[in-house]
Amino acid sequence: MGFPYPSHRRETPVLSQHFGDAEARALDGWKKRGGYRALEQALGMEPAAIVATIKESGLRGRGGAGFPTGMKWGFMKPGDGKPHYLCVNADESEPGTFKDREIMRWTPHALIEGTAIGAYAIGAEIAYIYIRGEFTEPIRVMDQAVRDAYAAGILGANAMGTGKRVDVHIHKGAGAYICGEETALMNSLEGRRGNPRIKPPFPAVAGLFGKPTTINNVETLAAVPHILTNGAEWYKKFCLSNPKSTGTKLFSVCGNIARPGNYEVVLGFPFKDFLYDLCGGPPPGRTFKACIPGGSSVPIQSMAEAEATLMDYEGFVAQGSMLGSGGVILFDDSQCMVKHIGRLARFYAHESCAQCTQCREGTAWVTRILERIEGGGGTIGDLDVLLELSENMTGKTICVLSDSCAAPIVSGIQKFRDEFMAHITGKGCPLRASAAA
Amino acid sequence: MADSTMVTLTIEGREVAVASGTSILEAAKNAGVLIPHYCYHPGLPVAGVCRMCLVEVEKAPKLAAACATSVADGQVVRVYSEKALEARKGVLEFLLINHPLDCPICDQAGECELQDYTFQEGRSQGRSLESKRFNPVEDFGGDVVYVANRCILCTRCVRFMDDVARDPVLNVSERGDRAVIGKFEGQDLTHPWAGNVIELCPVGALLSKDFLNKARAWELDRTPSVCPNCTQGCNTILETRDNTVVRMRPRANIDVNQWFLCDEGRLDYRWLNRQDRVEAPLVRRGERLAGSDWEVAVREAALLLGGRRVVVVASPMMSNETLYLLSKLVERSGARGLFRVTTGPEAPLPAVPDLALRADRAANVRGAEMFGFQRSESPFDGLVSGDVLLLGDDRLSAGDEALLARAGAIVVLASALPAAARTAQVVLPITNMSEEEGSFTNLRGRVQRYLQAKSAPGMSRPGWWVLADLLTALGEPTSVFLASEIFAQMAAARPALAGMSYESLGLRGRLMDGAATGAGAGR
Amino acid sequence: MKVSEMGGVKAPSEATQHAAAADHEPVFTGDRRSRLDELLSRYPTRMAALLPALWMVQEDRGWVSQGAMAEVAELLGLTPAYVKGVVTFYTMYHQHPVGKYFIQVCTTSPCGACGAEDVVAAILRQSGCSQLGSTSPDGRFTVIEVECLGACGFATPIMINDEFVESVTPERVSSLLGKLR
Repeated sequence: MGFPYPSHRRETPVLSQHFGDAEARALDGWKKRGGYRALEQALGMEPAAIVATIKESGLRGRGGAGFPTGMKWGFMKPGDGKPHYLCVNADESEPGTFKDREIMRWTPHALIEGTAIGAYAIGAEIAYIYIRGEFTEPIRVMDQAVRDAYAAGILGANAMGTGKRVDVHIHKGAGAYICGEETALMNSLEGRRGNPRIKPPFPAVAGLFGKPTTINNVETLAAVPHILTNGAEWYKKFCLSNPKSTGTKLFSVCGNIARPGNYEVVLGFPFKDFLYDLCGGPPPGRTFKACIPGGSSVPIQSMAEAEATLMDYEGFVAQGSMLGSGGVILFDDSQCMVKHIGRLARFYAHESCAQCTQCREGTAWVTRILERIEGGGGTIGDLDVLLELSENMTGKTICVLSDSCAAPIVSGIQKFRDEFMAHITGKGCPLRASAAA
Repeated sequence: MADSTMVTLTIEGREVAVASGTSILEAAKNAGVLIPHYCYHPGLPVAGVCRMCLVEVEKAPKLAAACATSVADGQVVRVYSEKALEARKGVLEFLLINHPLDCPICDQAGECELQDYTFQEGRSQGRSLESKRFNPVEDFGGDVVYVANRCILCTRCVRFMDDVARDPVLNVSERGDRAVIGKFEGQDLTHPWAGNVIELCPVGALLSKDFLNKARAWELDRTPSVCPNCTQGCNTILETRDNTVVRMRPRANIDVNQWFLCDEGRLDYRWLNRQDRVEAPLVRRGERLAGSDWEVAVREAALLLGGRRVVVVASPMMSNETLYLLSKLVERSGARGLFRVTTGPEAPLPAVPDLALRADRAANVRGAEMFGFQRSESPFDGLVSGDVLLLGDDRLSAGDEALLARAGAIVVLASALPAAARTAQVVLPITNMSEEEGSFTNLRGRVQRYLQAKSAPGMSRPGWWVLADLLTALGEPTSVFLASEIFAQMAAARPALAGMSYESLGLRGRLMDGAATGAGAGR
Repeated sequence: MKVSEMGGVKAPSEATQHAAAADHEPVFTGDRRSRLDELLSRYPTRMAALLPALWMVQEDRGWVSQGAMAEVAELLGLTPAYVKGVVTFYTMYHQHPVGKYFIQVCTTSPCGACGAEDVVAAILRQSGCSQLGSTSPDGRFTVIEVECLGACGFATPIMINDEFVESVTPERVSSLLGKLR
């Protein structure tokens, strides 16, 4: 079983091995468990050698896009005279995802260590960890851990006594999903509205404060110390199907499932076993109806697709969806898909930054259509309108928020058209009608 | 431009070469293709938010926002491909779902880019069945009222106040479809250039309070002109309805005012419509000024001006053409030529080099100086009883009356008769700048034409016409029928104007020879 | 007729604003001022301290008033309008006073599938709040629905001020609220 329960025997706990272990939170406890040896090692290495190791390991971004981390670090050009920044994306807001929260709550020093290594490797003088404002407990834990790390001389002007400077600051968000988008996060950190920026320029050229910047997800950086300590070869061996997908990955599991929680498995793990064996399958007396495997922004899978999936970047794509952030949401046969798709659309309408027309207007419009269908006021034509609007909301805006709103609508109508039709012809939700009867 | 390397690309089948770093949207303009857009404005930083300028770039996976995409060598851009048209149709539909479609009562109707592009590329019918969002109308202060329901959130106004006026009093408030343009209570659009947000707004969301409900856009006659209210010489469009000026707006001229016009300039047009005009030449008959005809009036004026010591007080609101002939009169009578300028605080537009509401609040100070008139705070001080005053300035102040009374005789050459000059012997009524064709010279020496926007009241004539007759009556035959003819004479007589003609000035003007560089520099 | 007298028009009200600003007791004095100065040293621009400064305002006053926005703007070299644009972007800054206990219930899909709506209904009923966003007559509670709190595996998570409570069910609501009375 995944955290908050003890590990399942088929899990491979690397990042999550100390979840639930309160002692590992504190600096002493963390050091006792081998903490900060990787940082010490890194500070004695050439930054380029660290980047090469990470490249070799095959580590890919765990925030959603899956971009190779070593390659991203390689875009930074240390020594060009500019300040450089590392941003840590701890704005975990993708519905269905709650893994970074646990990393920060239980192993704050793992993140600080990974952050410090990353900052050193890319030549960044300062790293900012941007944590969403709602994560009050992770913020308190991280704040304390950073203070302890400074007090112990791990961070600061003379990091670990090497004479090298590594500064890490915590920056608290204030309630905006879009700040998880990398350039929106940078705007937010700069004290602006969290509006995504037009690219190019890309962050490696002009990012935070207009200076070269790298941004990494919490889970990505938390994996870095393990890779440095054990070597790229060790990490690369965590691979069950596709050599482009290496390592372990935390999957957050929620919705209608027997044992929700965080599970760490090697990429390529069979999704069917994951759902039924590790997570215990659907709640008693229920069957699964649908799965959103990578956070709410990815297409919905039918259970046939889900059960045929191998859990890596390529495997989810092959079965009509994406790995995304690894937030797995399950809906069982008691759930109304029209309602949930409408609720997801409402989420995006609430979170749209308001810049691009298609997103600002489109997310709100599709929400109202979906809510009208769910309420029994739908017409046959609405489905075609929804699909056309979704098309107009996809691939046409600065960031992908409006694409994310459209993805569950398109896949939902494709895969659950009967449910939509039942709402329209029956002038309301058939599940509600049968519950009332 | 980022650098001077040229890039060649094809837009809608037309090959164009532009500097690298140019946007596809600007390159398309060069190729004669207007890509529909809302948030883009050449005078503002690129926002790339309205997504209206989506075009298809061959080999690119997604449609590109033409305003935010730089040209690349060999690029093939399709503005009217099915994919691009569908995407823009989608944007227009999204923009209209919450738009009130209250065009029949909207001031912007007829000059609205939302109407224009919808007509051009939009759906004939919307598909939204949902109710529309409502936000109240808000007075933004200054001349600006905000009709939030019509707003398409292009943020041109916000960017103008941030980046051009450098007075960020506007913001985008809230997010998602609740977003509106906002401001902080008590901090209004009082910046001297804030009124530009009205023109920048592509729809009817930011309106001029001054112009509210005055006319429909299609009822207006539009005339290229120059703002007469300070020495900057911002290019304008004078808009008239039924022979009355109802609005003055900026006309783009990169070398002078870019796309902008200050609030004082734009709102100070009512004097062009003043009703207390002298409509016929007047000649003193005993106690009263009697109506006359031009022949008699000019003859009487010539009699007064011949032989006696003459003081000419010109107006810095007069055209170059009028001032030129007036200067000839000064020369031949050995008179003193003076003029006075109303002044006020200078108000620059920070982001635009050398653009300001200038302290000298008159159009042609430079012209008056060029033609030898001397600037004076108190042009009437030296008047003595033997003098004949030729008064060309109708903007008199209270203290002037006593000084004017010292003159032996007064001949008025103005469009209105000031109270202090009621004792005049002859009044020669002339047109104001909106009723004539002419030119001004701005503070940097840029000579700029303005055209006639409305008809002259009664028998009034352009100053140069009256002066030509007067010079002829004084024994210097001066025969001209068109403003352009005097301009030609003037250009031949003055080395600084050598080679200039109305034709060569065009509608953007030219710098005099040896004129200072700066605003108005450039060709 | 003046525009400001037209139907549905909000007139610029300098009087209100001046009153608000005059009533505003500065937040950044003494210790808080030094904390802000320390924060400023972490960033290359003053603007970057905006979110942290607004957090300090809210910690101290419970909400971010117009007067506070003006104060923060002054301190960071920004305009009040700019600060307001930022405040209204982020949902966690309160632009009005809220109840002593500000309760946020996650109702996004994963929690929605696990019965979050019933939790909302129970909290509304038992807190005495007439509707979402309103404050109970005793000033004790304000209840809102919030988008994903990032604790989806612990449905339904709620936040009471800064504290997270996980796995809330309608049955637990009464004892939870009881502790707050």
